[in-house]
Amino acid sequence: MREMSVEQKLSSNKFHVDEGFAHIEVDKDASRDDIVRLAKLCPAGLYALDDHDRLAFDYAGCLECGTCLVASKGVVVRSWDYPRGGMGVEFRLG
Amino acid sequence: MGEESFDVIIVGGGLAGCTAAYVLAKAGVEVVVVERGPFSGAKNMTGGRLYGHSLEKVIPGFACSAPVERRITKERLSFMTDESATTLDFSSEKLGEPVHASYSVLRSTFDRWLADQAENAGALFVNEIRVDELIVKDGCVCGIRAGEDRMRAHVVLLADGAVSLLGQKLGMVPPLDPHKMAVSAKEVIQLDEGTVSDRFGCAQGEGCAWLFDGSCTDGHIGGGFLYTNTDSVSLGVVTTIGDIDRSDASVPEMLGRLERHPVVAPLIEGGTLREYTGRMILEGGVSAVPELVRDGVLIAGDAAGFGMNIGYCVRGMDFAIESGRLAAETILKARESDDYSAKTLSAYLELLNDSFVMRDLKFYRDFPSFMEKTRRMFTEYPALLEEVMLGMFCIDGSEPKKLSKKALTAARRVGIVNLMRDMRKGLGAL
Repeated sequence: MREMSVEQKLSSNKFHVDEGFAHIEVDKDASRDDIVRLAKLCPAGLYALDDHDRLAFDYAGCLECGTCLVASKGVVVRSWDYPRGGMGVEFRLG
Repeated sequence: MGEESFDVIIVGGGLAGCTAAYVLAKAGVEVVVVERGPFSGAKNMTGGRLYGHSLEKVIPGFACSAPVERRITKERLSFMTDESATTLDFSSEKLGEPVHASYSVLRSTFDRWLADQAENAGALFVNEIRVDELIVKDGCVCGIRAGEDRMRAHVVLLADGAVSLLGQKLGMVPPLDPHKMAVSAKEVIQLDEGTVSDRFGCAQGEGCAWLFDGSCTDGHIGGGFLYTNTDSVSLGVVTTIGDIDRSDASVPEMLGRLERHPVVAPLIEGGTLREYTGRMILEGGVSAVPELVRDGVLIAGDAAGFGMNIGYCVRGMDFAIESGRLAAETILKARESDDYSAKTLSAYLELLNDSFVMRDLKFYRDFPSFMEKTRRMFTEYPALLEEVMLGMFCIDGSEPKKLSKKALTAARRVGIVNLMRDMRKGLGAL
């Protein structure tokens, strides 16, 4: 299989992005270490450091695994809920 | 807004929820399954292999009609360094015998099938509804609220998955411990049926389950997995969340590392990525099982912490199915006296204790801490095996050494005492 980035891999998935509701809210000014931890853990690669060492995050593309909720222990992730009914990722294979 | 009433509400249309719904509906109970996805299975992912024994009790011969991928008749376990893999391969028709057969499955299709069976038996499914909270009156759960809508029931079964926000809101499920949870990333790579059979040496309909220990997770707790589906393979990694600070590699990079490994790369050559998924895996064993029963409510499946990873064997789905069935049996019994108090529902705990669910979780209770304390499993031991194997199989005209001496030299690098101690502890934990 050809090498692919996480973004390329995610593009094979089916998503119903809920534009009206951010199911994860984050603290963009969290510490560098806490951001890096989530950047390493998130299977969808949604957490990243920007050029100013601040958090760059987008909930579109979320696989709804809950890892960031468990790993952050209240830091970085301010609130975490599932997307509203019918929204978010839809696994066609799972 | 609307307020409907049922005998039983089940939150979550996964394996635990669908099994419970099937058993209850067959017994004539008015049961509704509330699922947040567009259909049952739309939010569910497994590595994955289903050990069939628990579903066999509910739907005998299920594999003849259910969308299983392949019956597993080949087990492989590899210890990997960056360049090598020392692999144990056990192939046997006996693995596929009905009493203990296991199957590779894809949850989106499999759970949907199970939901259909429950629906045909009379269960009602309401999809695309996210339950926001349980309605509690005088300490007793008596329904659910989703937005403005409410539903009432005598009893609610929470089968809402590894991240049971509802169980947490009730105070039954504590916040999840990063040292007892792992994260998994998986991809399904499309090949074709003949190619899968040829590459893994499997007969038609038969398949391979393969676990990898070592370099793919950058030497820290976790591993890789590969399961053959009918015309695709599921390839993924698992790593303990609380252990990530020890690693430089990210989870997606670990998966990339596995894809590129010289043993794995030829097996997925020419394949096309069909889907990329992630989930959390329960690794805490019996110590991660929360409070399971209160007035008017029970918890089953992943939400109940029923998961186990002992290195060569990863389980969760057979626990989910069994706990769903036992929860349903408990509700049927409670229905006879129309009493859904915690006291009556605690029969569920007795059923679980007498079942393989709690028995197996208790039996392997020491393994999670063994893994965490024995990091050599993921670093030095794969390298030790590589050294022994190279000593055996590399012939270059230099003076031969006795095999026992080669092994001893390699073992000294780890330390003979460490090796003996780890072996004793590992065998003790299993």
